[in-house]
Amino acid sequence: MTGLRVTGLTKSFGAVRVLDRVDLDVPGGITAVLGASGCGKTTLLRLVAGFLEPDAGTIRLGDRVVAGEGRPVPPRGRRTGYVPQEGALFPHLDVAANIAFGLGRSRRSAAGRARVAEMLDLVELPRAAASRQPHQLSGGQQQRVALARALAPRPDLVLLDEPFSSLDAGLREETGRAVARALRATEATAVLVTHDQGEALSLADQVAVMADGRFLQVTTPTNVYLDPASAAVAAFVGHAALVPAIASNGRATSPLGELPLRGVREGLVLLAVRPEQVAVTAKDDPGSLAAEVLEVSFFGHDATVRARVAGTDEPVEVTARVPATGVPQPGEEIGVRVVGDVLAFASGATA
Amino acid sequence: MLLGVVVATTSLLPLGFVVVSTAQLGGGEAADLLFRPRVGDLVWNTTRLLVGGVTLSVVLGVGCAWLVVRTDLPLAGLWHGVLCAPLAVPAFVNGYGWVSTTHAVQSYGGAVLVVSLSYYPLVYLPTVAALRRLDSSVEDVAASLGIGGWSSFLRVVLPAISPAVLGGALLVGLHLLGEYGALQLLNYPTLTTGILDQYRTTFNGPRATLLALVLVVFCLVLLGLELLARGQRRRSRVGSGVARTASRHRLGSATPAWVLGLVGFAALTLGVPLVSLVRWLVRGNSSSLPQGDLGAALGSTLGLAITGGLLATVAALPVAWLAVRHRGVLVTVVERAVYPANALPGIVVALSLVTISIRVVPALYQTLPLLVVGYAILFLPRAVVGVRSTLELAPPVLDDVATSLGCTRAGAARRVTLPLVLPGLAASMALVSLAVGTELTATLLLSPIGTSTLATEFWSRASAVAYGAAAPYALALILLSVPATWLLGRAAVAPARTDPKGPA
Repeated sequence: MTGLRVTGLTKSFGAVRVLDRVDLDVPGGITAVLGASGCGKTTLLRLVAGFLEPDAGTIRLGDRVVAGEGRPVPPRGRRTGYVPQEGALFPHLDVAANIAFGLGRSRRSAAGRARVAEMLDLVELPRAAASRQPHQLSGGQQQRVALARALAPRPDLVLLDEPFSSLDAGLREETGRAVARALRATEATAVLVTHDQGEALSLADQVAVMADGRFLQVTTPTNVYLDPASAAVAAFVGHAALVPAIASNGRATSPLGELPLRGVREGLVLLAVRPEQVAVTAKDDPGSLAAEVLEVSFFGHDATVRARVAGTDEPVEVTARVPATGVPQPGEEIGVRVVGDVLAFASGATA
Repeated sequence: MLLGVVVATTSLLPLGFVVVSTAQLGGGEAADLLFRPRVGDLVWNTTRLLVGGVTLSVVLGVGCAWLVVRTDLPLAGLWHGVLCAPLAVPAFVNGYGWVSTTHAVQSYGGAVLVVSLSYYPLVYLPTVAALRRLDSSVEDVAASLGIGGWSSFLRVVLPAISPAVLGGALLVGLHLLGEYGALQLLNYPTLTTGILDQYRTTFNGPRATLLALVLVVFCLVLLGLELLARGQRRRSRVGSGVARTASRHRLGSATPAWVLGLVGFAALTLGVPLVSLVRWLVRGNSSSLPQGDLGAALGSTLGLAITGGLLATVAALPVAWLAVRHRGVLVTVVERAVYPANALPGIVVALSLVTISIRVVPALYQTLPLLVVGYAILFLPRAVVGVRSTLELAPPVLDDVATSLGCTRAGAARRVTLPLVLPGLAASMALVSLAVGTELTATLLLSPIGTSTLATEFWSRASAVAYGAAAPYALALILLSVPATWLLGRAAVAPARTDPKGPA
């Protein structure tokens, strides 16, 4: 397993600084770079692949410095597999020739054919697919072939640039799991760029949350969700509502009432309240706050309810997740209660 | 980049020539030459030919396209072929067919009829393509809002296909401005025939140049009109979703009448020129037919066509490459600079090259290289359009993938880009070559003495009223145009290229 280490990486396009002294350590496994579009995550990927040259900083693949010291190593010498957004299969070559493209001279030999078959098995495509043309494949199949093509020359690192975003929802999850299985089976180190937090949390071993050309937090999926480093991360990962409050002695006084805090904070704070922490009760339930339903999104297995909690001088909006059997109507008066202890961040961190 | 600039500059030479040489004439002298009753006649003739020819072409082209694409006309595929076929008959051959049948067409009405019958496919083809791409759901929506029939066509369909129709109309207009052979045969003097007459009598005098300037102004006015009519509105499909093929309108009991109408139309577009051609061929066979001349003309035409096509395509490559891969202000300027040549009639390009070569490089005057450069300038825009759409088949991301798989830049070009673009380049070159092969006006001015092409040989006979002797050349010209016509006709009805993103 070859690690990727990025230090102080900086890249500007004209006056816009897209990456600002970024550090990232990928020891192995799958790392997801999660961020909204335009946050610089694709630029990071293209720098690592060698399609762009950094303004400053170094990129190390294993013990090789590929950029930052002396002349950068060109893409062809980096041994990185690249899976772009739309797959980008070579349209004039069939599936087998696409997968064998990077195998060098051996691609027409028996060994080359064996490797192609092995790769098709790996990405769970039937071997009969080898003779198909790219346009005869569905979007998900194209992505699998693109991954097989990237993995065939046994690269040190695989880079995936939003590989599932052009697929429709059902296919996205299935293809994502198949791709993750294939990556783990080859023990490849992979960097997956995505704006989909579900994808990042479910597929990756490490999640790097990015905003405005910097990493906000790099840690395991569990930690990113349960212990976000800042209010911004909490709001982005898990759609937490941010509520101002005053903390003292492990409790916070907020428009949502007095709540127990996780961790120690004092003074002005922002509470991150996740949908699953908000319980919907009857309107006059004791211990609940009166709220008005603004919007309901019904998903079948459950529903989310956006509600405005009135009562105090400053109305607060929260989102709650409710079971499909008890979905209130917009405009209805309900009661809400925050369950469990909540995360608090120093106020002003989001500004 | 440098190559692109060189190509763009070369293609701007003719326009620059017209402007510069007009500027060299004093204002007073220019006015004297310009404000003559003869010039007034020519301008009036050109204007009414434009109005009549473009209108008739649009009516015929849009009407036929509608019939073929959006009604349950029997054998629509066959009719599509028949309706494209007039493209294979060069306008001057068509004019010859008509004139040698009846002299009644030597009038304004006849001229409008003959040129429209020759050029309406330029409206028909893009309209067919646009109608086929048109998402029928907009019509369904119109119907659900209580708008149907004619008003649906006028308010929903026509605005949607108007860019295609306008583009076609512009092409017809530019062709009419540049048309020499057909109009000369029809004895209908326009600016272009006027320029050639002037050139014949005074050889490159300021009068010819001034007329060329007037012609250029006409071209610019046409381009401006088209831009104005097109406006800035968004015409393409808004939003995603799969476009559905439209349901076809039922012709019902009117079917036989429509079919009969189309048969009659085909008799006019194809029947008249072909029948008269066959008639002259049969009659001409009795007189001695110089086989050698035909062979020599065919040989030199093929040679010129291939060289011209090759040069235009090679010259188009840097321009198209810049346009596809390195967008920027300067690149846009370079790309746009290529297009005015398309609007300039062959006569202006030829005239300017003659003058420039005499003044600057006399060694080039009356040589084949100059003729080939002329062809390249004339057909460069066509080549750029073809090459550009071909290069777009090879997006940069494929290069990225190839290099990340261990290819060098050159290796990526050889294994990925080249295989993807070669067929398109070949097709684009073939199209240009075929256009070169049937070009008449510029060839008449630029070809070295003793060089005979099919078009010039045909012309020298047809204009001398030796209709029988001209017939074999006419036939050869038509046969030469068939492949290009077939390609264009097929492209209009081809399904949109399968997007590698979506399932096939």
